[in-house]
Amino acid sequence: MDYIGEHLLPGKIGQLLLYISLIASLLAAFAYWRSFKTDEVQLQKQWKKLGRIAFIADALAVIGIFVLLYVLVRQHRFEYYYVFKNSGKDLEPKYIFSSIWSASEGSFLLWTVWHGILGIVLIFSSRKWEGPVMAVLSFLQFCLSSMMAGLYLFNWRMGTTPFALFREVKGELPLFTNPNYLSNIKDGNGLNQLLQNYWMVIHPPVLFLGFASVAIPFAYAISGLLTRKHKEWIAPALPWSLFSAATLGVGIMMGAAWAYESLSFGGYWAWDPVENASLVPWMILISGIHTLLIFKHTGRSLSTTYLFFILSFLFIVYSTFLTRSGILGETSVHSFADLGMNFQLLLFLLIFTIPSLALYFIRLKEIPKIQKEEEISSREFWMYIGALVFFFAAMVIIGKTSVPVYNKIFGLNTAPPEEVEYKYNSIMIWVAIIIGILTAIIQYLKYQKTTRGFLIKKLVVPTIISAIIATLVLSFGNINFNKYGMGYLTAIWMAIVASIYAIIANASYIWLGFKGKLKISGPSIAHLGFGMMLLGMLISASKKEVISHNINGIGTPLGEGENPMENLTLIKGVPVTMDKFQVTYLTDSVHPKKPLWYYSLQFIAKDSSEKFTLKPNAFINYQNNEGLMANPDSKHYWNKDIFTYITSLPDPSAPPDTTGYQSKTLKTGDSIFFSNGYMILNGIQWQTTNLPGELFGANGKLAEAAVKVFSIDSTTYTSTLRLAFAKDNKIGVADTLHSQGLILKLSDATDNNVTVEFKETKGLLPYVTLKAYIFPYINLVWLGTLLMTCGFIISMVHRAKQAKKASA
Amino acid sequence: MKKLHIVLLVLVMASIAILISYLNVSATYDTVASAKEKQGKFVHLIAQLDRTQPVEYDAIKNPNYLSFIAMDSLGGKVKVVYKNAKPDNLEHSERLVLKGTMDNDHFNCKEIMMKCPSKYNDDPKKIQNGIDKSSGTVTKTYSVNDSTEKTTP
Repeated sequence: MDYIGEHLLPGKIGQLLLYISLIASLLAAFAYWRSFKTDEVQLQKQWKKLGRIAFIADALAVIGIFVLLYVLVRQHRFEYYYVFKNSGKDLEPKYIFSSIWSASEGSFLLWTVWHGILGIVLIFSSRKWEGPVMAVLSFLQFCLSSMMAGLYLFNWRMGTTPFALFREVKGELPLFTNPNYLSNIKDGNGLNQLLQNYWMVIHPPVLFLGFASVAIPFAYAISGLLTRKHKEWIAPALPWSLFSAATLGVGIMMGAAWAYESLSFGGYWAWDPVENASLVPWMILISGIHTLLIFKHTGRSLSTTYLFFILSFLFIVYSTFLTRSGILGETSVHSFADLGMNFQLLLFLLIFTIPSLALYFIRLKEIPKIQKEEEISSREFWMYIGALVFFFAAMVIIGKTSVPVYNKIFGLNTAPPEEVEYKYNSIMIWVAIIIGILTAIIQYLKYQKTTRGFLIKKLVVPTIISAIIATLVLSFGNINFNKYGMGYLTAIWMAIVASIYAIIANASYIWLGFKGKLKISGPSIAHLGFGMMLLGMLISASKKEVISHNINGIGTPLGEGENPMENLTLIKGVPVTMDKFQVTYLTDSVHPKKPLWYYSLQFIAKDSSEKFTLKPNAFINYQNNEGLMANPDSKHYWNKDIFTYITSLPDPSAPPDTTGYQSKTLKTGDSIFFSNGYMILNGIQWQTTNLPGELFGANGKLAEAAVKVFSIDSTTYTSTLRLAFAKDNKIGVADTLHSQGLILKLSDATDNNVTVEFKETKGLLPYVTLKAYIFPYINLVWLGTLLMTCGFIISMVHRAKQAKKASA
Repeated sequence: MKKLHIVLLVLVMASIAILISYLNVSATYDTVASAKEKQGKFVHLIAQLDRTQPVEYDAIKNPNYLSFIAMDSLGGKVKVVYKNAKPDNLEHSERLVLKGTMDNDHFNCKEIMMKCPSKYNDDPKKIQNGIDKSSGTVTKTYSVNDSTEKTTP
């Protein structure tokens, strides 16, 4: 059949480029391998040249694929399944990028693009290490390219290609019996609404740059083992490992910021398997950087450094396996579909794990060691302990995250325990205490041996300042999070003290140790930032406060230890008290192109000192996703955030209100009961003069009945109901008490009696149900991240200069 | 033995102890019948919404009380009480993972995880329906004025 309107050429070019990248990366790996395996200088040069050409061809190919995919998404070429599935016409230009990396193929592509770019940098900078390092990187590039090859080998499909045609993937659809099927596809599936957030434009590129760069210290470590030049790879690997720590760290925290701003679990970190899977390689990498520094200064812990750099990369591959194989299933909020490439993902994991660990253990005996034990007063002793604690913390995290893997292997039925976050926090808080204190003190220790006098002299001032500040914070900070008992609260206090100590001691060291020279103060700045992150996490988590306590509605009795009721319903126009604010749901508005609704909530401080509007929003029945997807909104202060999001809205498909009016004739003083209270008729008044004649006619009159409503929650309202006798008609004007769901009107009135018609309604009321929190000092988390990253970058520049000097 | 070896040993043992204790406090995935046998124990109940029974939720009266009947694949039914806001796509969910404890006749739910028929579902029928839905309105526009037939959100 000849299909009408398809653009097949870009897809064919794209597929060709995929094959080119697959072949070129394999060729590059082979050529680079030969280049350092041969001893003949002339041959070495030739192989290296071939390797370079092949790798650059691969890099250009993957960049070309990226550009093509961008064009296809941009032009809404829905004949391509990837474009149909992950994008729609309503997307703003910036979200076209998010569409590209929202699915598996595109994220592998992003990863390979970064490898391409980093590889080119290495070609020009790694000098004598180019051969082995690029061989490893090229082989890795080959593995990643194979994930999106879409190549059929016998009956096995290798990877899924982003250039597959819709009608090839879903050929069974009746849609494709029509040659002109494209004219029936008016729009794509759209981008998952949670990803329509600006963080999703920048978080994945930074995170994948982190992923891609972790491979470089790994490649250096493998090269060191292969070439047996155990001491020489350290200097060039150090700046790369710092670069990697910075980008991976920022990438993870950007994901946290996205979760905070876009997901409605009320926080930035939930120990979700996806988060853990990227945190663990970072923690191992940090441990590796520290043991590497020990080696550089003392010649110790080289074998540990090898192991940490190898493992940090292997855990990147493991995390890829975890998050993309669908094995996490029920344990993760993020639902990962099984992509049908589990075998390939497992192969990817094994093909790196087995040879690299085997090589490590074969070479382990010949890795240089120092037999003499280190002094207990030395810097390296405590740094090594810190690195070990951090590494084992990472192992505990990944051990817990891997429960679904044990289930699969051993056929178990284990589910995550109750309060899974607390299960992590209660362990990690001890790690925070140990690491916080070590971070504060270690820089004041000297390599080899520190005399007591020196340590006391240097450390006494920062320690006293920290003690004073920590005492003030604990005395006046009201940190009394006692949900899990005194033991945990004590641990929180200790961790707060430790993190304050880390901040003060490292800030002081910039002057005491580095004499204020910022160019070499990278370590202190990074540690200061880390301490600040810890402090921000501790305070924002332990002092997080729910302000949407449901005190306006009718409370249901709460049992012992039950969840306090955190959802509050706001009826349009009715002010509600929340913390020190009067909050009113004013209006709602809709995005011009998408079913994205914004709800204006006006906050007025009770002392009238401030007034602002928050606009949490929600997608309603977006694309094929039925229901509500809420995005929070926050008011940022320097020392806290007020954070709110919608949890429930009136059901638009609810059956229309069918309850009829009830009527009752009352005289003054009579009352009517309704489900939430009662009302009393206070009096009847008549107006006969000053009525507009053209409306009321000659004998027109107006009855006004004053009604007082007493609600069960002891609020009272007064309402004046009016009935016009105009030109022989009786016209009653309905009055609505939104907060009580009551509609009242008069149907008749005499001098002594009125007939009140009333009904109770729910469907008619416009309302939003929301949760609101206060996050105190959340900005410390973000500021700490920023400082830590700056520290890494300063150190990286410093170490790169050193390495250049050393090799020159 | 070196001091660092002792530290290493302590850390290895602590890690193993933590992981074992984590596995010991871990919950299990259960059906209604097996959850009923574990009264008061935290479980993950895998079930779906019984659509023949009404879902009880009134955000205006009490936004923190949701009650519905859950039904597992073996046909076991139980009343679920969830003291929180109703997840808006509950009615459209295909499968529910209910985390909580069985309390005599009802299930006290602390957390609901929903598996929804999302766009990531590769079920061809749903894709076709989606296309029919979006193009269906367009085919009508041949006879009716374009501007009046737009689907409203």
